[in-house]
Amino acid sequence: MSATMRPGVGPPGADPVRGARVAALLSRRRQRLDRLVRLLCVVATVIGLAFLASILFTLFWRGVGALGLHVFTRVTLPPGSHGGLLNAIVGSLVQTLLGTAIGAPIGLMVGTYLAEYARSSPLGTVVRFVSDVLLSAPSILVGLFVYTILVEPFGGFSGIAGCVALAVIVVPIVVRTTEDMLQLIPTELREAAAALGAPKWRVIVLICYRAALYGIATGVLLAVARVAGETAPLLFTSLGNLNWSLSLTQPMSSLPVTIYQYAGSAFDDWVDLAWAGALLITLGVLALNIAARVVLRARR
Amino acid sequence: MSDAAAAAPLPSAGPRPAAFGDRLFGSLATAAGVLVLVLLGAIIVSLFIGGLPSFRAFGLPFLTDTDWDPVQNVFGAGVPIFGTLVTSVLALLLAVPLAFGIAFYLTEIAPVWLRGPVGTAVELLAGVPSIIYGMWGFFVIVPVMGDDVQPFLTDWLGDLPGVGMLFQGAPFGTGILTAALILAVMILPFIAATMRDVFNTVPPMFKESAYGVGCTTWEVMRSIVIPYTRASVVGGIMLGLGRALGETMAVTFVIGNTNRITTSLFGPGNTIASIVALEFPESQAGTLKLSSLLALGFILFVISFIVLAISRLLLRPRPT
Repeated sequence: MSATMRPGVGPPGADPVRGARVAALLSRRRQRLDRLVRLLCVVATVIGLAFLASILFTLFWRGVGALGLHVFTRVTLPPGSHGGLLNAIVGSLVQTLLGTAIGAPIGLMVGTYLAEYARSSPLGTVVRFVSDVLLSAPSILVGLFVYTILVEPFGGFSGIAGCVALAVIVVPIVVRTTEDMLQLIPTELREAAAALGAPKWRVIVLICYRAALYGIATGVLLAVARVAGETAPLLFTSLGNLNWSLSLTQPMSSLPVTIYQYAGSAFDDWVDLAWAGALLITLGVLALNIAARVVLRARR
Repeated sequence: MSDAAAAAPLPSAGPRPAAFGDRLFGSLATAAGVLVLVLLGAIIVSLFIGGLPSFRAFGLPFLTDTDWDPVQNVFGAGVPIFGTLVTSVLALLLAVPLAFGIAFYLTEIAPVWLRGPVGTAVELLAGVPSIIYGMWGFFVIVPVMGDDVQPFLTDWLGDLPGVGMLFQGAPFGTGILTAALILAVMILPFIAATMRDVFNTVPPMFKESAYGVGCTTWEVMRSIVIPYTRASVVGGIMLGLGRALGETMAVTFVIGNTNRITTSLFGPGNTIASIVALEFPESQAGTLKLSSLLALGFILFVISFIVLAISRLLLRPRPT
């Protein structure tokens, strides 16, 4: 009897006993396939998390040992002379904050335009589409673009060019979150304000922005996190500077570019500094990412 | 009552000062919107104009020519374009199955309390700057590839007819395959997060109906979730491809940076982004070399714009 018990042989309904056994066998096979796929998915997730763990572990392992007070108090110096990363850290802060200060208001206005003025107009649709494409466009091209409009015509690499390059990257990020957050605000809120006689711009600024404040702040934090680690757009704009300089018209140092230059060098103390810088920037960026989540949750 | 409120148009014009404020704010917002379009146009035009001398000098063969010789002033984009496409496609082959598994795990398999933390961890992976991936790849992955993975692959696959030549060559650890692997790790969280969000848009009723007639989790996935979300899933994959095409720092660290097309996956190569990053500092303004680099930038922009545009079209929320 068991020798003939193979699925797919004969009509399963012909013999009730055999039909039930075929069904049980089929069911067991389906269960087994299901378990296999579930197992593979767990393995995939573990692999993904292992990458994150490996990156963080490597950063701490190589970075903590290289960290020290000198990293924060001394500027970059030739190999062997105990330099630090002070100018790179300050340069990164200046360019990131200025870039965000330029880009975030523009992004806020674009997001406002998309959510409040052009929800379904043809121009709004095109702007939304282009902004979303720019969101994922290669950042190195932004660097090339700013090089052609700000570096080549004005005859030199400059901190301000770096700021503008970062601002271009900030805009679409802020647009995305601002529009999403403004669209979450109930129309009744706008109507209530309008019914009291408030003009549209005051409704937007006093009611909508306030209601969407946490969401908009999240977008700005995410934008800061993204540009703080950007290297490629700065290579052709602010270039990097091994000396102490805060002038926006001169080449300006930044952490990512310094890491790039030091990590590939043949000097052990430079490589160590690169790891220290990498740890700093990753901790900063991940902390900003987590802060953005906390802010968004505080909305409730 | 709410019907009446919704039907009534908003009072758009109040007294004079408000009307002025409205006009000002409205035109500011519109100007900002138009600025985004201007930005896109300016990027395209500036790269094209910058690359024009090179396009003029080499013509259409620039796209396929494999020479990059600053001494003789002959430049071609063949090798970087080839390297960009090969590393990106290989990265997708490696990343998509993993991303699918993660998204499936996060939407259907994981216990609910675990979905938040694991999802956040995957998103944090997306937040790590690309230069960090480059260093990690250079100091951690390259030695592993050179000492273990590449010799292993050569031993097992190197003698196979046909595909064997892909796995031959000196195991330096760097090269096309390593670059693709790093790229895969980088785009993995983007694809996984997009797929997860897309899977979550499937109405629960559909899935519960399938469970109700006795489907297993995998059968629900295969017969309900994937057909329902197919276009958006492809959109998410294209989004990852768009990211991979233009990735610079991580690739520059590990690809070997040689302007040569090799038959082996272990061989060195370059991509558009990596050659631009490396050669740019050594290029003087106004030279044909700089123009060729800008031309490469223009080509990269066109390729990634097309890929990202398709991705956005596929990812549009479905009309209900």
